[in-house]
Amino acid sequence: MTTMTDTALQSAPATPARGYWATVGRRLRRDKVAMGCALILLLIFVSALVAPWLGLADPYQGSMIRRLKPIGTPNYLLGTDELGRDMLARLVYGGRLSLLIGILPVILAFGIGTSLGLVAGYVGGKLNTAIMRTVDVFYAFPSVLLAIAISGALGAGITNSIVSLTVVFVPQITRVAESVTTGVRNMDFVEAARASGADAFTIMRVHMLGNVLGPIFVYATGLISVSMILAAGLSFLGLGTKPPEPEWGLMLNTLRTAIYVNPWVAALPGAMIFAVSICFNLLSDGMRSAMDIRN
Amino acid sequence: MTDILDPLDAIEKLEPIEDIGGVAQPLLKVNGLTKHFPVRGGPFAPSKTVRAVDDVSFAIAKGETLGIVGESGCGKSTTARLLMHLMPSSSGEIIFDARQVGRQLSLRELRRGMQMVFQDSYASLNPRLTIEESIAFGPKVHGMADAASRVLARELLGKVGLRPENFANRYPHEISGGQRQRVNIARALALSPRLVILDEAVSALDKSVEAQVLNLLVDLKREFGLTYLFISHDLNVVRYISDRVLVMYLGEVVEVGPVDEVWDAPAHPYTRALLAAMPSSDPDHRTQVPPITGDPPNPIDPPKGCRFHPRCPFAEPLCSGATPKLTELNPTGHQAACTMAIPGSGHSRAPAKEVQNDVDET
Amino acid sequence: MFIYIARRIVYVIPIVISVALVCFLLVHITPGDPLVAVLPADASQELAAQLRVAYGFDRPLPVQFGLWLWKALHGDLGNSIATGRPVLAEVLRAVGNTVTLAIAAATIGFSFGLFFGLVAGYFRDTWIDKVATSIAIAGVSVPHYWLGMVLVIIFSVQLNWLPAVGAGPGGSGQWGWDWEHLKYLVLPAITTSVIPMGIVTRTVRALTGDILSQDFVEALRAKGLRETGVFRHVIKNAAPTALAVMGLQLGYMLGGSILIETVFSWPGSGLLLNSAIFQRDLPLLQGTILVLALFFVFLNLVVDIAQAAIDPRIKRS
Repeated sequence: MTTMTDTALQSAPATPARGYWATVGRRLRRDKVAMGCALILLLIFVSALVAPWLGLADPYQGSMIRRLKPIGTPNYLLGTDELGRDMLARLVYGGRLSLLIGILPVILAFGIGTSLGLVAGYVGGKLNTAIMRTVDVFYAFPSVLLAIAISGALGAGITNSIVSLTVVFVPQITRVAESVTTGVRNMDFVEAARASGADAFTIMRVHMLGNVLGPIFVYATGLISVSMILAAGLSFLGLGTKPPEPEWGLMLNTLRTAIYVNPWVAALPGAMIFAVSICFNLLSDGMRSAMDIRN
Repeated sequence: MTDILDPLDAIEKLEPIEDIGGVAQPLLKVNGLTKHFPVRGGPFAPSKTVRAVDDVSFAIAKGETLGIVGESGCGKSTTARLLMHLMPSSSGEIIFDARQVGRQLSLRELRRGMQMVFQDSYASLNPRLTIEESIAFGPKVHGMADAASRVLARELLGKVGLRPENFANRYPHEISGGQRQRVNIARALALSPRLVILDEAVSALDKSVEAQVLNLLVDLKREFGLTYLFISHDLNVVRYISDRVLVMYLGEVVEVGPVDEVWDAPAHPYTRALLAAMPSSDPDHRTQVPPITGDPPNPIDPPKGCRFHPRCPFAEPLCSGATPKLTELNPTGHQAACTMAIPGSGHSRAPAKEVQNDVDET
Repeated sequence: MFIYIARRIVYVIPIVISVALVCFLLVHITPGDPLVAVLPADASQELAAQLRVAYGFDRPLPVQFGLWLWKALHGDLGNSIATGRPVLAEVLRAVGNTVTLAIAAATIGFSFGLFFGLVAGYFRDTWIDKVATSIAIAGVSVPHYWLGMVLVIIFSVQLNWLPAVGAGPGGSGQWGWDWEHLKYLVLPAITTSVIPMGIVTRTVRALTGDILSQDFVEALRAKGLRETGVFRHVIKNAAPTALAVMGLQLGYMLGGSILIETVFSWPGSGLLLNSAIFQRDLPLLQGTILVLALFFVFLNLVVDIAQAAIDPRIKRS
């Protein structure tokens, strides 16, 4: 028992104990770029959400006499579109649909893909082969082509656009979830949990989920950027939202004819898509490096 | 073991599974344990099998420490995983205290009776759980209440030399490798096992820390009345801690016996080579000639007959014929699977009638 | 090596069949009767029944798939409803223009991507790295169809330097490798190149950083190798992965060109797909997607084999 009273062994590390997620959160809060992006996103989200109470002009009400006013026109801060509707109002209201059709597919795919990947990775064997070979088929299509093919076949509409983007992202998230799960599953602590007599469900819940969700979540956050661009792109082609709804991709499409008259107003909706997309990308990068804690 | 005062009397703990056969009954008996992995050859290659563990039989008496030694890839760790039923065996039976696993003894009960400590102290702890939660997980799985299991976890932390108030709420990455391995030992003990498999449990530690953990293991064994299966490639450590030693080569047992006897009079040329390869701290006993040459053959296609014969300096034509059986050499239980040790086997160095050990090297 | 190639090719066969199945089913997830697409609006009941038999729509789906696949294998993808011409010929003509665009974009995107990536990885955490990674992240985040519009606004509308749409003077006529034609390629190619540029930069930067932090680089420097020599080792180690990423990106450019081709009215496979969708020209839609997907599968196969050829670690029996 002499070794057990060794004082060196009793010494605890200097820093107070902190959970993994608390550490990640603290590191993320120190990341100025990621926090800036989170702030911009929050601003766009909240303003889209409370748009009716912001005292903005009616985003549907046009007027023939005030078409395509330039940026900076009094009462029309960001100008007007080809039907004389207030751009600022349409951009703020546009956030509602644009964010919905851009983010919802990723959320749906996150749920479906994580479940499929977890099962494939943990159960393994024939089920894994069946799931992953099916996923491989979807990887044989470039994602833009697949989204447009499904959307094109289903026809225009918001639901079809969300469905087609979900189909595009499910295989990608499944693949990531499967590889993360397989990696964690082969770790000794999962073996040790099995050796303690726990059943598969308990091991999944206590030992797997906490270790696999983080990386999959970060990957999914990065996908939102792609999803925003693709969703607006589908609308831009005429496969998503239908006029007169304010939606950034569709606005970009209808304003294309105006580039010779009032080019910078025409470019505004795209700048919104760009801003949201780059913020999600930077936030995802920040989360990835915040989670990459080495001992 | 029953005469030792129970160290955890005051707090709730899991009852160890019942002792059935008494002292005479081995705690663990393994008969013909075999693991063959199929190797997928792809569409153009025929499928093959890796014979990772091939017809391994041995027994561990209650209260003893059995060491298993051998080169990496010889099947030591696979044997440990098969015993824990972490992977299915191809064939063979495992009898835990007179009860056959899978018949009289359920897998769940076996995992109460038998626990394992892994080599990689970091990988074997869930990085998202505190140390206390990791230790308490097992007892909770077996029906202990959350609060009671945490009390038990703290008690066990003390037993392995870590002050619970300093360590219970730590995460694995916050403590040192030696401390982590103590946690892993506490985790194994939390289920009140009777047999603990230590799979290279001290191999990854610094020498000084290794010695401390070894001493801890010796103390815990006495205190809890444990039986150890100690797997290591480090012969010095095995000699220090083991009562008996078992030597494996390419998935087979080539020699087994009391540790001193095997060290003093190794009967199998592979054991001799292993012992000769041990670094000596005495400059007068420098290893001048490589005791063993070549790499271990591929277990996908093991040599016919004695698997050691392609590397054996004493190999004779009969060695590539029939596989030598593990044969009793003397009443102490020293056994070897070598034609040179089997009387009348036909090998020129084999003893004619009487049993005598052929030792001709340092 | 030979066996590896053979195995990869065998592995591609089920993928090709599955891809064909997905393309075939695309038409059948279309709401309504597939016959509607091939039927003139004023068709009589008899004509409808005749066409149903003629197109095999009266047979069970697996049989229809078998027949369609059999014809597709012989190069018969049916006729376009809009033009009446064979789908395969239409698609191949359009793909030619897309390949021209993709190669031009790849040249721009990959050279800048490799340069930025190597520099950023080598001077990690300096201001050079920050500039390069900012360009890269903008490249992967920008809605490229919008970037196309902005470039048109600047270079066509405001400066009037380059044409805004089309693929040559006087509409989409013959393509030629002179400035009169090339100036139509400049804006679409730059627009297409930003995503691959961003992705190649990020990949190469990460690879370079990882390689430079490995012990063998320390050893190379310790034995007195000059930085140019170290750099050669970095390139050699980064090449297989970088090549694979670039191959994949080339595939994405070929398959994902629809948005940019729509912005610039570039007469490639994307524009063809666009018109097939809006004219409900289902055979053309099906055929274009099939050809593009097979192109992508084939490209992936080539990349895998090339990667195995230059990466000693992949040389499996």
